[in-house]
Parts: sequence; C-alpha cells; structure tokens
Amino acid sequence: MSTTEGNGALLSLRGIQKRFGPVQALSDVTLDIPAGKVTALCGDNGAGKSVTIKTIAGLWEPDGGEMVWDGKPIRHNSPREAEHLGIKTIYQDLALCDNLDIVQNMFLGHEELRHGLLDEDTMEQRARETLKELRVTTVRSIRQPVASLSGGQRQSVAVAKAVMSNAKLVIMDEPTAALGVSQTRQVLDLIKRLAASGVAVMVVSHNLNDVFEVADRIAVMYLGRLVVQGPASEFNRQSAVEYMTTGTASPTAA
Amino acid sequence: MTTEQTEITPDEGSESALSETELTTAAPEVLATSLGDYLDAWWRRIKNGESGALPVIAGLVAIIIFFQIERSAFLTDQNLVNLFEEAALYILLGAAETFALLLSEIDLSIGYGMGIAGFVLTELSAPPVNLPWWVAVIGAVAAVGFLGFVQGTLITRIGLPSFIVTLAGQLAFLGIMLELANVDSTAVGGVIQLSPTSPIYKLVNSNMSTSLGWIVLAVCLLLFAAVTLYRNRSRKARGLHTPPVGVTVLTLGMVAVAGILLMYVCNNNRGAISVIRGMPWVFPFVFLIIAVYSWMMARTRTGRYIYAVGNNQEAARRAGIKVKWIVTFAFIMSGATAALASLVYTSTQGNMSTSLDGGSLVLYAVAAAVIGGTTLFGGRGRMVNALIGGLIIAVIFDGLGLMGVSPAVQNIATAFVLLAAVSLDAIVRRRAAVR
Repeated sequence: MSTTEGNGALLSLRGIQKRFGPVQALSDVTLDIPAGKVTALCGDNGAGKSVTIKTIAGLWEPDGGEMVWDGKPIRHNSPREAEHLGIKTIYQDLALCDNLDIVQNMFLGHEELRHGLLDEDTMEQRARETLKELRVTTVRSIRQPVASLSGGQRQSVAVAKAVMSNAKLVIMDEPTAALGVSQTRQVLDLIKRLAASGVAVMVVSHNLNDVFEVADRIAVMYLGRLVVQGPASEFNRQSAVEYMTTGTASPTAA
Repeated sequence: MTTEQTEITPDEGSESALSETELTTAAPEVLATSLGDYLDAWWRRIKNGESGALPVIAGLVAIIIFFQIERSAFLTDQNLVNLFEEAALYILLGAAETFALLLSEIDLSIGYGMGIAGFVLTELSAPPVNLPWWVAVIGAVAAVGFLGFVQGTLITRIGLPSFIVTLAGQLAFLGIMLELANVDSTAVGGVIQLSPTSPIYKLVNSNMSTSLGWIVLAVCLLLFAAVTLYRNRSRKARGLHTPPVGVTVLTLGMVAVAGILLMYVCNNNRGAISVIRGMPWVFPFVFLIIAVYSWMMARTRTGRYIYAVGNNQEAARRAGIKVKWIVTFAFIMSGATAALASLVYTSTQGNMSTSLDGGSLVLYAVAAAVIGGTTLFGGRGRMVNALIGGLIIAVIFDGLGLMGVSPAVQNIATAFVLLAAVSLDAIVRRRAAVR
C-alpha cells in the first residue's frame, strides 16, 4: 500500500542507498515529503531513521539513488548546502547556546547588522514576530537566556530558529523525547502550526501516540528499508507496530 | 547538564513550564515594568546567586572597609591613586586573560608576552632606533598579537590543549625576552631606560590637568546619558521592552556619582611636599580599553560568537560560525592586550628590565578575571569583571602592605580571596544546575 506523492512532493528520495563498510545501512529508501504536511518517520532502533535524516541533512552522501528537491535532482554533500536549499534539521540536542538569550539564539550565525554592528532591536522585533506567528506564547520575555527555559520552550526556540532561516523542510529528531505531558502538547501543536504555514515537516519518532496525533503521512522503516508510506488514515496502531517490528503487516491488521 | 534535568520535570497544568517565581529569578529585570518590580526581581536574583558583578563589588567594599578600619591611611587620596595605578596592570592582564577564559581556554603566556612587548616598545622608541612612540606601540601590539596568532593556530589547527601550548609559550617568550635584551647593546644589565619625555613614560607618571579632567568626565557622562536615553526611546518607538524610567535614572545617577567621586579624589592635592593634582593618564587609558572591549563583545558579531563558542562549540559550528578562527582571534586579542599592558608596566617602572616576573603576573591575570566573576568553564563573564577583579587584587596587596604584612602573607590572603571567588562561581553553577 505504498503511496507516493508523485510530483507533488517537496523532497523525494528515490532508491537511496548507504553503506558503511560491509554494513548496508540504507537499501532502496524511497520516500516523499510533501510541503504543508507532517510526515512521520517511524521504525525501531537501528532501522535507519538517523541515517536517512543525516543523508537528507547533507551529513552523509548517499551511495546510490537520487534525491529530488522541488522537481530537480540534487546532490548536496554538506549540511551547509542542504541548509542553503532550505532543509533545516533539529537534532535532539537542539544546538542552542544556554548563555545567549532567545533572540541571540534565533539569529546565531545570521545576525542582522546595521553599519556593521549587531542590530539588536531589529532582531528582537523579527524574533517576536516569528514567535507570534508560531503562537509561542509561553515565553514571557524573549530576552531571557535559553538556560532558563523548559524543554518544550527550548524546542520551540529551535523550531523558531529554523523558521527564521526560511526553512522549507524542517526535520525534527525525536522532538518530544524527555518532555512532560503539557510540554509535549506544546511541541505537537507547534509542529501542526508549522506544517499549516506551508512548511514540510518530517518528524522522527518512536512514540506512536505522538505520531498518530500529529502526522498527515506515516513512513515506516525496517532494517534499512522503507517498508511502507502513506496517509496516516491508512494506518492504525496495530499495523504500524507490525510494520515497525516485522517489516510487513498481516492482512487483518491493515 | 542542566537541560536534561529541567526537561524530565513534568509540568501538568501550568501554561508556562516554569512557575512565575522561577521565571523571574531566571530572567530578572526583563519582565519588570516599574522600579519596585525591578528591585524586587533584582533582589530575588541576588538571593539566587545570579546577580553578576554585585557580590564581587560588595566584597570589594567590605575589604576596603576592613582596611580603612585597620589603617586610616588607606582611604587617602594618595593611596587611592597609587592603588589604581597598581591595579591597572592586573586589570589589563585580566582583560587579556578574559578572552581566553570566555572560550574555556587559558593563556599562560601573557606574562612574558608582555615582557616581549615591553622590550619591543622600549627598543623601538629609545635610542638608537628612536621611532615615534606610537609606532613603537603598534610594533609591540603587532608582535605579541602575532605570537598569539601562532599559539591560536597551534591550538585550533593541530588541536593541542591551550594549557600546554601557552605553557610552552610562557617558556619560549621568556627566552625571546631575554634574547631581545641580550642582542641589544643599549640594554645594560637587561635594562632599557624609558625617556621621561616619552608619552609612554608619562602614562602613569603624568596627570591630566584638573580642568581637563572635569571636562572629559562631563563629556563622557553626557555621552553615556544621551546614548542610554536615545536607545530607550528608539526601543520604545518600536514597541520593544524598555527598562522602567526609575531604573534608567538610578543607573545614570550611580554612574555619575562614581565618576565625580573618582575625579574629585584624583583632583585633590595628594602630594606630601609639592602639589600633585589630576588624574593620571593611565586611568582613562584603562577605562577606554575596557569600554572598547565591552562594546566589542556586546555589539559585534565576533563578540557574540566568542560567547557562543564558549558555551556550545557544536551549536556554534552548526550555525556556520568559524569556530577555529574565533578561538585564534581570542588568542590574538589576549596577546595584543598583554602588549597594551606593557605600556603600563614600563611606564610604572620607568624602564623595561628582564627581571619581569611573567610567571606570577599571568597567575594574577587569571585571578583578576576569575575574582571578578568570569568563569573558567567558558561562555560567562565580562570585561568589567577584570576591572573589578584587578581592583580587588590591588586593594589586598596595598592594604596588607600598609598593615606591614609580609609578602608571604599577602600571597596567602590573595589565595583565599581567589578560592572564595571560585567557590562562589561553583555554587552559582550548582544552583543553576539544580534549577
């Protein structure tokens, strides 16, 4: 029941292969990531989720297959090139500087300048607008250091940072891991709003509750292969678990 | 790590993940809308050990009161001016060290880096070379800045620990300094005299006239007030948060009082036999350097990146920051600043000599930065910290000297102050981690 998005996808992986010495980490991964939707990438540990997102993020070059971005085949072999296209990956460590405040983090590496100096006021204003668009309201002051934020708020800052850099595809690695109930809620809502604004979102997650809550499309990996992808409505909890643990689903489950 | 601990805490119910009190302690005056609010948040922050320079300033005041009670000669015009002249060296070396500490690196070479700068400076400006003094200054800054560049390159490109590279630097620079004195036939016994007419000599030994002092002070205060008010107004116009008016007035008032008091002390006659008045040039020299550095750290990309790299190198790298260059730049700056400190050193001595104890000076430099509140773990600290820390060290040496305490005990006392400062830093970090 693999349903590809055809030409409508923002990013399409076609038969991507990746080997590390004798280990075949990815074999024939075909995956579509459409704009304006949340695509969840599921799979057990070692299924190849991390390798897949790192390949998309430009950390590793695929050994075979092709990537199509917005209808054009692409080859990027550095995270910088991927970011230049508009692919922004948020890893679990979030890559924030605790000693800097929210505005400073959101603009890190892309500071606004005026007469060669940091233009704090413009940055603050733009950061505030972005946070407002994403409806991140739990942050009282955007001038507080990131060290003082909760996990959910930090995640929100990382997302806002991605949006700030005009990302077209935001990949999030386990965004709700280690978050409490209400913070998970916060982050999931944020992910939905992000997709609603037209950005393609890919969420890597173990947590099926979150996946079914937030995903428009689900893709499951098993032992380095992408075994199934399709609209979330075509899955249920049992079939998803079976795909994740065995690579196929029994007819009754699907 | 602090983050994991906060992340695990579940927080059902509350809209914000942190409670209101926690938020205001963590992010203090940013939320305050009135003077009362502000003071309230500020007090909470102090209790939380997050007050920045305040406990250190309180410590400085306490030490001063202690010495004044012990020796009434302590708070005299003459002693205060002497004390600051002594502090100037520690402040500048502390600022040099701050560049390295902010990146959680260390620079052990700045003591003898300053020694090299001192010889370059005096050899270029004294006979037979006789270059203008400012060329000599540029030469000294460029020479030691270049040595910093070499050390920074070794640290970043080969990946060597800065402790070892700059320890080697300390030895090598001592050797270079001795060699510079050896090859110079005018350096009799390793000493080059500084001409009393040289502006470098006058830095410490000559004073601004009292009227010039007041004029400079007035201009500085007016500029500071104008910039502060202009900033607040333009922020308000753009709908951004501004500190309450009361806080602005209080800040400006305190800065003005401090400036006027300092100028008053300097402009009193402090001579025992002949009349000596006016602020020594070394005062504005040090203030200017600290101000320019503070400005650079706060308002330029490079300054921002130093803090980013010091806190989270990986995040900085992923943000596209050239981490290696930032680290190298910090070592260039620490070398260049050591060269500026050599102006103060040679001016105070009236000559440059190989008897310079660069090994001890570098330790005072680290102590000045750390006592002032800069952490050894990177990412936290400011240039002003070096100013306060340098003053504290000078106050201790000066006060204990007045009390007739032996140098041995002076060192032990400084050691305790250093330990107290580092303990404070550790406690703050632990509190932050628990929160």
